[in-house]
Amino acid sequence: MSNLFNSMIEWIDKRFPLTSTWKAHLSEYYAPKNFNFWYFFGSLALLVLVNQLITGIFLTMNYKPDANQAFASVEYIMRDVDYGWLIRYMHSTGASMFFVVVYLHMFRGMLYGSYRKPRELLWLVGMCLFFVLMALAFTGYILPWGQMSYWGAQVIVSMFGAIPAIGDTLQQWLLGDFTLSDAALNRFFAYHVVTLPLVLLVLVFVHILALHETGSNNPDGIEIKENKNPSTGIPVDGIPFHPYYTVKDIVGVVVFLIVFCGIIFFAPEMGGYFLEYNNFIPANTLQTPDHIAPVWYFTPYYSMLRAVTVNFLGVDAKLWGVILMAGSVVIFCFLPWLDRSPVKSVRYKGPYFKIALTLFVISFFVLGWLGTKSPTPMYTFLAQIFTVIYFAFFILMPWYSKIDKTKPEPKRL
Amino acid sequence: MKKLTIAILILCIAPFGVFAAESGMPLERAPVDITDNDSLQRGAESFVNYCLTCHGASYMRYNRHRDIGYTNEEILEKMIHTDQKVGDLMLSAMRKEEGEVWFGVAPPDLSVIARSRGSDWLYTYLKAFYRDDTTGTGWNNLVYDRVAMPHVLYQLQGEQILVVKGDQKSLSLDKPGQMTSAEFDKFVGDLVNYLVYLGEPHANERKELGIKVMLFLLGMLVLTYLLKKEYWRDIH
Amino acid sequence: MMADSFSMDEKMSGRRKFLVAATSVAGGVAGAAIATPFLLSMMPSERAKAAGAPVEVNISKLEPGMLLMVEWRGRVVWVLNRTPEMLESLVKIEEEDVLADPNSEKNQQPEYAKNHTRSIKPEIFVTEGVCTHLGCSPVFRKDIAPADLGPDWLGGFFCPCHGSKFDLAGRVYKHVPAPTNLVVPPHVYLDDSRLLIGSESEGSA
Repeated sequence: MSNLFNSMIEWIDKRFPLTSTWKAHLSEYYAPKNFNFWYFFGSLALLVLVNQLITGIFLTMNYKPDANQAFASVEYIMRDVDYGWLIRYMHSTGASMFFVVVYLHMFRGMLYGSYRKPRELLWLVGMCLFFVLMALAFTGYILPWGQMSYWGAQVIVSMFGAIPAIGDTLQQWLLGDFTLSDAALNRFFAYHVVTLPLVLLVLVFVHILALHETGSNNPDGIEIKENKNPSTGIPVDGIPFHPYYTVKDIVGVVVFLIVFCGIIFFAPEMGGYFLEYNNFIPANTLQTPDHIAPVWYFTPYYSMLRAVTVNFLGVDAKLWGVILMAGSVVIFCFLPWLDRSPVKSVRYKGPYFKIALTLFVISFFVLGWLGTKSPTPMYTFLAQIFTVIYFAFFILMPWYSKIDKTKPEPKRL
Repeated sequence: MKKLTIAILILCIAPFGVFAAESGMPLERAPVDITDNDSLQRGAESFVNYCLTCHGASYMRYNRHRDIGYTNEEILEKMIHTDQKVGDLMLSAMRKEEGEVWFGVAPPDLSVIARSRGSDWLYTYLKAFYRDDTTGTGWNNLVYDRVAMPHVLYQLQGEQILVVKGDQKSLSLDKPGQMTSAEFDKFVGDLVNYLVYLGEPHANERKELGIKVMLFLLGMLVLTYLLKKEYWRDIH
Repeated sequence: MMADSFSMDEKMSGRRKFLVAATSVAGGVAGAAIATPFLLSMMPSERAKAAGAPVEVNISKLEPGMLLMVEWRGRVVWVLNRTPEMLESLVKIEEEDVLADPNSEKNQQPEYAKNHTRSIKPEIFVTEGVCTHLGCSPVFRKDIAPADLGPDWLGGFFCPCHGSKFDLAGRVYKHVPAPTNLVVPPHVYLDDSRLLIGSESEGSA
């Protein structure tokens, strides 16, 4: 039995790098031995991606990307298709959980300086993944063609109209019509199920390749490759990813699934945050709901979009809002070059960084919360303050990270 | 570091509250229990008799009501008063264009109304109609000002009038209907309970399956945790 | 090395072997459990089942010798009112020994249609108009001894796709591609003129 298996592997290895790939990426990929809680979210993101792909494929079997049929086809899936409700909730919950996991994954990078040299490119690829994920979430949210789908999309697409000179034409080109209609629904469906998933998969592949080239960072932020066993060439503080991190990640997967299934089976709407109440009303092109807010994962940026209320530097408020909103996401890309601290990990960084990071996290949550509320003068004022804090975290980083009092890094983990 | 982690986890959970009602009127709590088949059956019959003439529930099939304890024969007898078949969708007797002519707007489909409005809103709304001569229908509603829908249940509830004391608005029963106030509350409660079921007919099945899945996952957690500890003895 | 990672290692302790095996089995169960709803979702939906509900047909105006086509579950069902001559041809063809399954031994009909005429009432023949070879719909050819089907043709059904031949009770000829007789769907008479196709009881109309 074992002989047959070995000769089969041998046969394949002569034709395809099976064993060497297995070794390079799993059984002889050496990861730092001190991964903590924050290091589960990479593999969890992969799990959610697989969930989205599979449930998505099954949803397309019954979904109709047609303005007259889309809403009804979703309810058809929920009621008439065997276990359609389960597949749909897995997909809708998966969308939100994708962002939960990815936000925590990104925060891990900020905690331990995973974006620093030599992982700048890894970070940039990750940011591209994040942009594609946002596009996927946006195009996917349109598909049920409920009131929030419709008016949310209307607001987002109108932002392109803010671009000077070409705005209106660009907007019509994106929509394929003079207004948001069946044409847009149909093409957003194409992006959501074909274009964007393909791009995402390629980027995930590149992201993992880049990671395995540089090796994983760790909570201490020191390079394990700098301390190798002279006889074996294996990092002394590294352990093989398989089996040690595979068995560890499986525990993480089960814990994640408990949370995930808890939402799917007991609170699929998640209090109106994962499935918004107004999206159970079919799209009505003539009537905006009383209160529109994007899904929770977009609300921090949405707050910043609304926060600008005055024209300045000869640019009107609408365009400033769009610039700030785009800037608030793109600015993450510059982190590798904004951080001037001599150490990577928060463990050895000084009080300035810790305070800055805490303020940043608070502003992210407050902006997110404000984004779900109707704007009042008080809320808009709060949003303006926290927008400033949000950007200050990045813009002042070269200064405060340089003068900060750091602790010495250890030599070993 | 630990403190920061905990603070972030708390912040993660904090925003998951329930959306407040947008209108100023405080909402009454609807008596919802979608495992109570008797209530759901009463609600289903009322729905067919009072709502389905103008509203549709056009994503729902009649034969789905086997969920609430009916047989196909009972569904035919108690719920279908037209020439529709038991496997058909619950379409309204009225066409959309007719609704627009009669009420100004087409009556909305009610399949998922409980998911967009919430049960408490529906419960309060259905009880909050009052006489108002200034509207087209002669009726107004305390929860939904100048609603296009007339008070379909007035023969049961009777006629209410608006009482304004300073900022406080309340309703008082002017002419009694066929039901006492308690009977009417129960009637509306059953109807709203049915609307909640109608919004998500698989909800009971979902929760039952969920319990099994959670138990399995808890077992899985023990097993995988032991496996992880076993392997990690090599490292520590 | 590859093999080591997959299969049980000699060096593994008993506890480790047990935990790996137990987790693998539990994982396999979980995988199968997750796959089930996905596979079930591809079965006919409630809409398809509703569209596949039994169909009621009024046959009071069906003249002898005429064929009525009815759609049931998206496929054609024939209701043929056979003339006395047609019924005679069923006996005659049995004597000629050209049929593959003249006594309907193969399970292609409900028990109540397993008889000489393959029907409940002798003259009314109900069958799915779907060739048992590869699903084409045969043509009703009641003309006797036409040029293309030869002098022995007593009337029946001819499949234009691959040349299978059936008699007026849907029984398949020998030496044609189709392996079995045409399928008789479940049906029941509600009264003399009302026929219900797709159900065997009057209750589930």
